[in-house]
Parts: sequence; structure tokens; C-alpha cells
Amino acid sequence: MGAVTLQNPAEIKIDYAVERIREDFPILRELIHGKPLVYLDNAATTQKPRQVLNALTAYYEHDNANIHRGVYLLSERATKFHEDARKKVQKFLNAARPEEIIFTRNSTEAINLVAQSYGRKNFSAGDEVIISAIEHHANIVPWQMICEERGAVLRVIPVDDRGDLILEAYEEMLSEHTKFVALTHMSNALGTVTPVKKMIEMAHSVGAPILIDGSQAAYHMSVDLQALDCDFYAITGHKLYGPTGIGVLYGKRDLLNEMPPYQGGGDMILSVTFEKTTYNDLPFKFEAGTPDISGAIGLGAAIDFIQSTGIEKMAAHEKSILDYATPRLQEIPGLRLIGTSKSKASVLSFVLGDIHPHDVGTILDQDGIAIRTGHHCAQPVMRRYNIPATARASLACYNTFDEIDVLVKGIHKVLEVMG
Amino acid sequence: MSELRELYQEVILDHNKNPRNYREIQDANHTANGNNPLCGDQVSIFMNLEDGVIQDISFQGQGCAISKASASLMTTVLKGKTEAEAEEYFEKFRTLVTSDTENEPDIDGLGKLAVFSGVREYPARVKCASLAWHTMEAALHTIQKPVSTE
Repeated sequence: MGAVTLQNPAEIKIDYAVERIREDFPILRELIHGKPLVYLDNAATTQKPRQVLNALTAYYEHDNANIHRGVYLLSERATKFHEDARKKVQKFLNAARPEEIIFTRNSTEAINLVAQSYGRKNFSAGDEVIISAIEHHANIVPWQMICEERGAVLRVIPVDDRGDLILEAYEEMLSEHTKFVALTHMSNALGTVTPVKKMIEMAHSVGAPILIDGSQAAYHMSVDLQALDCDFYAITGHKLYGPTGIGVLYGKRDLLNEMPPYQGGGDMILSVTFEKTTYNDLPFKFEAGTPDISGAIGLGAAIDFIQSTGIEKMAAHEKSILDYATPRLQEIPGLRLIGTSKSKASVLSFVLGDIHPHDVGTILDQDGIAIRTGHHCAQPVMRRYNIPATARASLACYNTFDEIDVLVKGIHKVLEVMG
Repeated sequence: MSELRELYQEVILDHNKNPRNYREIQDANHTANGNNPLCGDQVSIFMNLEDGVIQDISFQGQGCAISKASASLMTTVLKGKTEAEAEEYFEKFRTLVTSDTENEPDIDGLGKLAVFSGVREYPARVKCASLAWHTMEAALHTIQKPVSTE
């Protein structure tokens, strides 16, 4: 490796005890092929702190019952904990009201809910829906499906070589035909953090509601929904240090009230006869069937964990790791970072000469390093940069400078093995 | 490092860097495209099959070292073989890369294809090694209709 002339991490002063935080994550003590796990696939899913694992166990050991209609203590307790979790999400994202927080399976389901409910009711032939060139498939396909069904046109904001959206093109696209905008807050494939505040204002200037996909952003930065003023916001629990199977759709109350239900079933009704069903109030209108009660409670515990650590501190720590890693990766022969926006967080997507990312991934795995390789569910992004795939290291609150050194060493080994 | 060398053997690295029969056969009478949608690997197989014998076989596409080397080595082995022999190689190859790692790999009759025995230690990479073979088998059964401008 070349001489290190960069800033010594010890000189970077952040009030952040990463070693203590790592102690909260039991999985970080795993050995992989006999080596300590270096987990750098956080954009796919984050690891879970003990606080979340304990909350799940405690719920099933002490409080498990179905919610909302039980008249016995256990059901009342489960209902209270489930609804407390909703309030935690509301406060975490600074939504105006708890009933604006709809629990879903994940952000994919949250986006599908809006496309199928709002889209089916409001889109018609000739209408336009705008998305961007750096969306995850989850924020492309639901819009394609509903546009095809309703005869609406899907338009795509282009991206430049660094990974920034071209706002002039967005400006030109917006018109009285624009019926909806769906945009990522942060690209999972490139790390770009989009200027959502401005892009929300632009959508509103033509009267179009806007959904922000916060799957990646929510665990890397503080999100203030009232300040952003977006109409919908989707997050997923498992990237937020919470369990899989729980996600959230935020929607403004007036819009949600006007929307038809997404799924029918129990819990989403006030009364049912064979002639007519009256739907329940928010948020229950959109939560048919028994929900993932433990998942919601686990997500609440994850939010407690984030807030006790401080998301601003987590973000600052991750930024310092990103700033440490970026030049060290760039000085590796043949390595090219894909996604070099100045406004970027926690993602290092790269290609390594003509070595295929899968080979990079397999060789790094032998050293215990977990990264993702492939198209990252963002095939249009890969096509835009004319590459089949990338290798992607992505950071979370528990990653360390030492782990970046292990990664850099591992990539040198890839070069050695592949000749 | 030694474990990695079992997977990335010299022969595999060589075929990755200098793939053999990497071209399109313009007048191929059997072709097929193969995709691995999970990872985006893609391969096209071109074949001239006459009287049940593979007179010529080639490939194009993109993928990792394992998938490229597998396609390249496959074409060198199958050229001049009968359809039945190609099916037999496919079966043996599939058995090799998916076999139980407890037992010694059965490399009998596989010749230079035995370099892929290391793949079975890497379940995530089995599809990389077998994509070209599945596509070859599809090509055997897909007769290319002459292109018409009518």
C-alpha cells in the first residue's frame, strides 16, 4: 500500500464511542471464515442492536396478544406498545399526527400503497408521473404498473456523471400535466443525497403531490417531515437497525383521508354487511389484517437506540469514515468510484479495472468482509454509467477506520489473486 | 489464499482474460440467450449443429471470471462433439459444481472442466459457472429460424 499522507483518524475529534456502540451489536463479534466480520453491506440491511433483540423477546415472553379488540389486559398491553411505536416513529420523523404513520411491510409496500390507492384514483390518460434516474426498482416499478394501467406517462429526471440529478431538466418536465412526483432522498447505488427540500417545492409549484423514498436516508440523517412538507414519505425498519417485515408510510392526513383503502380485511373496517362496508379511520383504514406487532415494537426500540445515540452524531461519524475511505479507495490502481456527488452519504460504489464485482465480493468474503455486488436493484443506474454491476461498501454507525483499512487491504488482495 | 486459488485456478484466470471462441457465428443455426437476473450476468451461445454434431460453437456476453471462463472452456470442449455427448458433459458438469463438499469431487471424464471443482465450495457462485451450460442446452433445442426481411 502507498504511504498514507491523509489525516490521521485519531486527529478527527468526534464525541462518539464507536467501540461502545459496537458492543450493542452481538453479530459484530462473529467470525467469518475465521476472520472478524467486517460488515459493509448496510445499504442492504443494517445489523440489530441488543436493545431491539431484547424488545422482540420481551414482547413475545410477556405481552403477546392480538391487538385493538381484546378486552383483556394482555391485549391492551400489546395494543399500547404497538401504538406507542407509532408515536415514536411520528416523533422521530416529526410528522404532525400519529395517524399519519401507516405501518407497512417495508418501503416497497409503502410505495405500492400510494401508487395503487392514490394513483388508481387520480391518474388518467395523458397525465405525467415524474421519477428520477437514480431510483431503486421499488420506486420505479410500482409507478410503471399504475401508469400502464391508467394510460399515464412516466418521465425520468436525468442524472449527471457525478450522480447529481439535473434540476434544469426536472424544471422543464414540470407542468400542469404532472400529477405526481416520486423521488429518492438518497440513492442506494451511488450514495447521492438529493436536494429534496427544493424538489418538493418545485413539485408543489405545479400542484403535484410528491412521495420521497427515505429507505436509505432515514438512518443517515435527521428527517423533519413538517419542514420538508412532502406529501408522502416511505421508510423501512430493517435499514433503521430494526427488524425485517416492518416499514412505514407517512402521508398527509387530508390526502390519506381522500384515498381509497389499499387492501381489505379485518381492522380496516368500522362495520361490514354483505351490502356495504364502512371503512375505519386513519391509520387503520390502511392496515388490513393482523399487523407485524413485534416488528412495530422492534422498530420503536430501534428508534430509541438511534435517539439515545443521536442521529447527528451517527451521521458525523459515518461522514468521517466516508471521508477517510474515499481517497484511500481512489488510490488503488484501476479502482473507479461510481457516484462522486459532493452531496453524498455512506456509500462507496466502485468498479475495479476489468475485474467483475462478483469476483471482488467472493475474494473479500474470504477475509470476512461483507459487501454487495451486482446492480443493487437499480439497473437503470448501471445502464446510465455503462457498467453491468458495481461492488458496494456501505457504512453504518458501527463501522470503524480499521475496517476501511481491512477493506483496502482486501481489495489489494483481489488485484493479486486476479492477476 | 490457497482456498481462493482452488476457485480461481490459473486456467480459469487465463480463460477469463483471453476467452476462446468469443465471437458471434453469423449463420449459426442454433442460438440462445441466458441471463442471471439476480446478478445481471448475460451470455449468448451460437452453434452450428449438423447431423447431430456441433461443428462450431461460440459465445458472447458479460459476467464474472467464473462465468466467462466456464463459457470459454465449454466451447473448447464441445466443439466437434455430438448432441448426446454435449448433454452428457452438461450433466457431469452440473453434478460436479453442485455436489456435496463432504466427498471427493467426481471429475471422471470431465477433462479440463475439472478446474471448476472448487466452485462447489461457493454456493453463491454455482449459477455463475452453470449459466453458459444451461444456455448451451437451450441452444441445442432452439432451432434458429432464418431471418426474413419479408
